[in-house]
Amino acid sequence: MITNDLPSPADVAPARRTLVLPVWVWPLLAAAVVLAMTLIYSGGRGAADIMSAAVTFSALFVIVGLGQMLVITSGPGNVDLSIPAAISLAGAIAMKVMDGSNGMIVAGLAAALGAAMALGVANYLLIRLLRIPPIIATLSSALIVQSIAIAYGRGLKIKPPPAFADFCTGRTLGVSNLALVAAVLTAIVLLVLARTVYGRTLLALGQNQRAARLAGTPVSRARLTTSVVSAGFAGLCGVLLAGFSGGSSLNMGEEYLLASIAVTVIGGTSVAGGRAEPLGIWGAALLLFLIVTMLNTFGLSAGVRLIATGVIIVTVIAIGGGRKAA
Amino acid sequence: MTAASLNARGPARFDAVRLLRMLLPAIALSLMLAVIFSQQPRAMSYVGLTLLLNLAVPVILATLSQLCIIAINDLDLSIGSFVGLCACIAATLLKDTPLLGVAALVAAVGVYGLVGALIHWRALPSIVVTLGLSFIWMGLAVLILPTPGGRAPEFLTTVMKWKPAFVPLPILYAVILGLGMHLLMRSSLGTILRGAGGNPKALANAGWSLLRARVTLYLMAGTLGALSGLALVGLTTSGDANMALRYTLLSIAGVILGGGEFTGGRVNPVGAVLGAMTLTLAGSFLTFMHIPPDWQIGAQGAILIIVLALRAVLNRAEER
Amino acid sequence: MVSDETALLLDDVRKSFGAVRALAGVTLRVGRGERLGLVGHNGAGKSTLMHVLAGVLKPDGGTISADGGRQVADYDTAAAGRLGVRCVFQELSLCPNLTVGENARVLHPGLRGWGWRKRAEGLILEQLDAIFPGHGIDPKTIVADLSLGRRQMVEIARAFTVTDTPIRLVILDEPTSSLDATAAEQLLSYLHRANLGGVASVFISHILPEVLSAAERVVVMREGRIVLDGRASELTRRIIVRSMGAADEELSEAESSARVTDTTADRPRQVLATPLAATGGMELSACRGDIVGLAGLAGHGQSTMLIRLFDAWGKRDPATQVAAPVALVPGDRQSDGVFPLWSISRNISVRSLGSLRRFGLIDPGREKDLAATWRERIGIRTPDMDNGILSLSGGNQQKALFARALASEAGIILMDDPMRGVDISTKAEVYRFIRAEAERGRTFLWYSTEMEELFHCDRVYVFHQGRIVAHLHRGQMTEAAILRASYADASGEVA
Repeated sequence: MITNDLPSPADVAPARRTLVLPVWVWPLLAAAVVLAMTLIYSGGRGAADIMSAAVTFSALFVIVGLGQMLVITSGPGNVDLSIPAAISLAGAIAMKVMDGSNGMIVAGLAAALGAAMALGVANYLLIRLLRIPPIIATLSSALIVQSIAIAYGRGLKIKPPPAFADFCTGRTLGVSNLALVAAVLTAIVLLVLARTVYGRTLLALGQNQRAARLAGTPVSRARLTTSVVSAGFAGLCGVLLAGFSGGSSLNMGEEYLLASIAVTVIGGTSVAGGRAEPLGIWGAALLLFLIVTMLNTFGLSAGVRLIATGVIIVTVIAIGGGRKAA
Repeated sequence: MTAASLNARGPARFDAVRLLRMLLPAIALSLMLAVIFSQQPRAMSYVGLTLLLNLAVPVILATLSQLCIIAINDLDLSIGSFVGLCACIAATLLKDTPLLGVAALVAAVGVYGLVGALIHWRALPSIVVTLGLSFIWMGLAVLILPTPGGRAPEFLTTVMKWKPAFVPLPILYAVILGLGMHLLMRSSLGTILRGAGGNPKALANAGWSLLRARVTLYLMAGTLGALSGLALVGLTTSGDANMALRYTLLSIAGVILGGGEFTGGRVNPVGAVLGAMTLTLAGSFLTFMHIPPDWQIGAQGAILIIVLALRAVLNRAEER
Repeated sequence: MVSDETALLLDDVRKSFGAVRALAGVTLRVGRGERLGLVGHNGAGKSTLMHVLAGVLKPDGGTISADGGRQVADYDTAAAGRLGVRCVFQELSLCPNLTVGENARVLHPGLRGWGWRKRAEGLILEQLDAIFPGHGIDPKTIVADLSLGRRQMVEIARAFTVTDTPIRLVILDEPTSSLDATAAEQLLSYLHRANLGGVASVFISHILPEVLSAAERVVVMREGRIVLDGRASELTRRIIVRSMGAADEELSEAESSARVTDTTADRPRQVLATPLAATGGMELSACRGDIVGLAGLAGHGQSTMLIRLFDAWGKRDPATQVAAPVALVPGDRQSDGVFPLWSISRNISVRSLGSLRRFGLIDPGREKDLAATWRERIGIRTPDMDNGILSLSGGNQQKALFARALASEAGIILMDDPMRGVDISTKAEVYRFIRAEAERGRTFLWYSTEMEELFHCDRVYVFHQGRIVAHLHRGQMTEAAILRASYADASGEVA
């Protein structure tokens, strides 16, 4: 008689090795490698220009990415699809209210951010009242807001106030102002995640919604906050983008939808929820920008650049993603 | 004891609510058509309907493709760029070197199947994988057709511009597609595929392969996506890598509008076809109402929210 | 119809989950066409045994054989299917998005080709008619639209449908739990008829009269072993209940260690839950410093009651009143308790974040102190509280969850069977701790599926089918009394 006395594989605990490096270092390292390859190819020319362009352009992706990261962290399958709409709307409102006058900068900023945050509240209400997943809620609100932004912004050829444009394109101590804004926001998000009730609730919620509720954390409030902050950050990005590029345009937010998800995920934030990596977003944004730069330097076409971006996203998720570590 | 008391509650009222919920997509479409016809009676003709609904055919195909993915509780964020890629292939390779074009389309569909397998093996989040995939499709499309152009092969133009007797072409295609998909999903195979979305564990326990179910659905989705690209290029006669990016969100909206749900394998092919037609009509609707076209996608969003709100109300009525 | 032929034979089957031995060597022969009733209290190993029979769980040791000793090497769900073993589990295994007929198709790969739908619907309808005449179920209905009782009927009928493989054995895990009286009656009489046709059945039930009348043979399990195996006609409820461990009628030794105060009058009432109209039964109340046990068979409304009390804090609900903040100690660590990505320290502090703040931010120093205090007080064995929670053994994870609740400001602690799979020494430590905390004025409501644990309580409410059927004070708390009340035996009801 043959008996199967062997324990089943599930009962044997796998030996786990902990990685020495924190997750967010990897995309940064990858970005450094790509930068090095570019510079080797170009013989070291234009290093400073590449760096400063990379940091400036990455800053906008970081701002949007931080908001998307909070939404993704709130649980499996949660994504904010209304980010492009918020960007377009906020950009248009800011330019119209500012109306090219330096005195109206604050008012314009407040109006734009207010509108974006109202969109965040609306998203939350849709989720709550219609009992629909965040993706559907943000998808439907995005369609409406995008329309509003188009109708409101059509024919709007208002230049940003000179002082605001100067700020958006300017530098302080050699670092672009946009990057400074993004850095400050990153620091705030890091602090909020680690040291506030909201941050802890969000992380708990993303790991296990039921456990978070039974642990007595304010789950609904955290969802509302997340929704509002994501829309608010997208709005801020819209205003800065309009200031940076000399005015708002109808579909200026379009490329930020997929990019915001991409930088979040490549940065090491868990798609299953509960783990956020704000610093990883910097690495991921720099990586994506530098890859495009590198392929440009190599003389490769836009098609190849897009394919490379896609392959990186799929590879990163196929290697790192997958089953929730239990 | 409990079961008896549950059964005792009037089934008639529930059936009415359920029926209403099922008919919601059809009601939305009829209302839309009614308003258009009242504003512009001439639209109620063979030519009028053909013009109104022409662009619905590729949208319907993309929506049905998305439906296959949603049936297994995944989501496809790459369908828009995939349709664009297939349109570009059709406008270039398929026209100039038909064999190579067919091979490219088959390979693209094959990649869909592989992606389904990858998602299953590594238990990956479909949203992110298909997001990455969308960049790849777009890149390939740009490589094949760097600037908008190309020309549709004649047979595609013929198929899309054919004028059948009595029934306007888009309606004929919609009926064929809706009915075909309905029958496929109700077949013995389709039953297993939907079951895999409804209760994967039970299905695996009954001895079915979830991997095969997922790959089958992804291959179906790829095929429908490719057909959508062909239909689109047949209508527009030229290609562009970015021509169908909006289809990603539109297809999700269409499935949801048609009564589908994100989880649990609850999809409704006929509803999805009606949903896709409703969303396409939203544009024409505004023109007839003399509202600027800027509000076209806004109207699509509003329709989506209204239908979802009605459904929420009906669901609550049923719970009570 | 007991015949000499064997339908399925288990020989010395063993199965452990970590440190818990669910099956400690079970040998069981099911004869062809035999009706076998399986009973046992919580955690006796019935469900594990059923899952092994179904091929869902692989035993750690022992053999399974069929047809006169022919051993089945790799006994899994497919092998079970080939042998004609079918199961009806408590968790429904129907696809809710498919129709009744389509669900029959899922079980039968052979139902395909032209007209499969008609055949599938005919098949299930025929079986439904055979088992539950007058069931009123249309096989074209989507399962999600059926009531729970009707879903259960479909599930049962589906298990009896035959296309190619003849049925050898049907396993039914509490099949009557969601059926009404008529349907339950119909099922039991059908089992009788099916057995005459050579189909064996094993069914688990908590309703002893039902088992005694429906089964030919009754097997009682306790602590992973078979403790009684006899012909139903020779057994009585008393014998069965006694075999489950209710033999000693004297009070447990734990009582001597317990406080001997019964003066609840001077202590303020902290918890009151009046029975809901839908369920009926007795009301539940607890005073400051009480340790109140919630007993009864698993899944009979104890957890639901705890969640009801948990949600009541901060709301005005006259039917459910709690006078102090509430914290819950979950029992299912994985689904209700730990945050797997977090350190031990964060897992503990999550319930007390509000009070750890300084200038609006959580103070790391205070958080560390809190963790250190509780590591000391409750004895969490770890070199570093900043290690991941999953680095702890199950028992220590559970201690961390206790610490989470006890470190908070909550005056009422709800415990949802928190000692599942916890080793004995940890248990003893936690019991002492609970007693000490109660003496400081905290109120404990303690749902437990382990009999000995209930004797650490001051008094016990026994649940049956969602309502409280008995309230036992210290002096009345015996294993026999709790068991009798759990099985809704009238003599167990003490007002």
